Amino acid sequence: MHPAPSVILFTTLSGLGFGLLTFLGLGYPGVTGWVAFVFYAIAYALAVGGLLASTFHLGRPERALKAFSQWKTSWLSREGLCAVAALMVMGLFALGAIFLQQDWRLLGILGAALSLATVFTTSMIYTQLKTIPRWNMALTPVMFLSVSLAGGALLAGKESWAIWLLLLAGAVQLAYWGKGDGAFAASGTTMKTATGLGGNLGAKQSGATVRAFEPPHTGSNYLLREFVYVVGRKHAFKLRAIALTLGFALPILFLALPMENLLIKHLMAGFAVLSHMIGVAVSRWLFFAQAEHVVGLYYGKR
Amino acid sequence: MTELPTNTAKKMGLVIDLDTCVGCHACVISCKGWNTENYGAPLSDQDAYGADPSGTFLNRVHSFEVQPAATPSQPDPAAQLIHFPKSCLHCEDAPCVTVCPTGASYKRIEDGIVLVNEDNCIGCGLCAWSCPYGARELDLAEGVMKKCTLCVDRIYNDNLPEVDRVPSCVRSCPAGARHFGDLGDPNSEVSKLVADRGGMDLMPEMGTKPVNKYLPPRPKDQLEEQIDVLAPLLAPVTETPGGFLGWLDKALDRLPGQTSDQSSGGQA
Repeated sequence: MHPAPSVILFTTLSGLGFGLLTFLGLGYPGVTGWVAFVFYAIAYALAVGGLLASTFHLGRPERALKAFSQWKTSWLSREGLCAVAALMVMGLFALGAIFLQQDWRLLGILGAALSLATVFTTSMIYTQLKTIPRWNMALTPVMFLSVSLAGGALLAGKESWAIWLLLLAGAVQLAYWGKGDGAFAASGTTMKTATGLGGNLGAKQSGATVRAFEPPHTGSNYLLREFVYVVGRKHAFKLRAIALTLGFALPILFLALPMENLLIKHLMAGFAVLSHMIGVAVSRWLFFAQAEHVVGLYYGKR
Repeated sequence: MTELPTNTAKKMGLVIDLDTCVGCHACVISCKGWNTENYGAPLSDQDAYGADPSGTFLNRVHSFEVQPAATPSQPDPAAQLIHFPKSCLHCEDAPCVTVCPTGASYKRIEDGIVLVNEDNCIGCGLCAWSCPYGARELDLAEGVMKKCTLCVDRIYNDNLPEVDRVPSCVRSCPAGARHFGDLGDPNSEVSKLVADRGGMDLMPEMGTKPVNKYLPPRPKDQLEEQIDVLAPLLAPVTETPGGFLGWLDKALDRLPGQTSDQSSGGQA
């Protein structure tokens, strides 16, 4: 799949932002006043910034509001509704915390649940697609949720939780790559099922081999650009190592180092967040770039 | 709405004969022509006369090579070239419809045709992601999703002569490889064709239940078993040359040096 920068930015930033909102809604940290303002400003900048970035890849962004209408069947529509609901509920909760020094517990818990639901619905947009076996796995939502929670704990300053959640997210990430590498073969979709030629159908043709002889056009097209992206595959292993190191290993190290000085401690936490964001962005780039769409079979590209 | 109808009264669709298709791409061109001038936004091209031309097509013809397995009767079978037209299969369980966030994609209850209401399309591309067949293409000029309409503006069009009230690709096919009809009616011509020829679904494991069917190529004829009426006339006149040529042949055979297989008598 073509790794559109807008979608990578969106899943990375929104995941982090909604992760932070989840922790804030649960009352970790239970901040009020100016400190709360800073926390909510960061969370909203990330979540809303990500959502805005996601509209850049639309062909007709001016009609984006229509995307809220089909929640009965469409995960993309559900995601939009969840995101708006989460931002509104958490906005109210934030107003209470910042200006009224109030902790409206029920509202916070509802906001936290909606924030997590937003991340889950985002992941389901990808998970639902049978056409991309690497995404069509139960591990996909687990990966999105664990990364979002780890990033949220990191930003919320819950260091002891962050270490364990980062470890968990790193493990899920490894499992996702491991299982994903065999997903296309396990799906059972081949050039023979795609074309019905030479094999599965009819004893007369059994044992025959099929290969793509000529594509429909000598030039490229939307399908090849969008679904048969192969650039950078050869660096996949290195990029996985970079994603794992920057996204999970380094932040854990930054958090685990014993620091006496409060300033250095904050600086280290800042490094941890930056490193985590870059690592997750690299992982999301791989999430798209390595995803093989079955339509590539018709072009002999799988 | 993007909820699929539980049942459609008719299942209008195409039956494509892979045995007959000659790969001339006439259907591709006539489809592009008709659908550029009629339903919805035109099918645009980008850099059409430049170094890297591309464009939106609703129907594309692939070509595959099938190498049959060797059998005792045919130890060295010839490869077959199969031309493979591919357009929207108007699936009964169309994933492209249910993923649409705006309700722009829909499947018609009256005939099962899958269409896009372009005024509602935001161009997110998710429907194209969900289609295993590559039937949907985002038009780069218009920013909306384009797909085969089964020429919904031809098949019910009273302004056209009756013979033209079929999809453009079917009308233009010079080989008769494309058939149009109601696949929900077991007594229709297309349904009988599918039953007779063992019509098949593409990627049945995807669970999309395509309406369009493909007729598999028939096995090639075995020429060896036929009586060749011309054979007696085409047989070599002389098995062993006589006269001057015969003397020359023998004389050359007697000379020292290598003799290749064909040299003596012309018959191996």
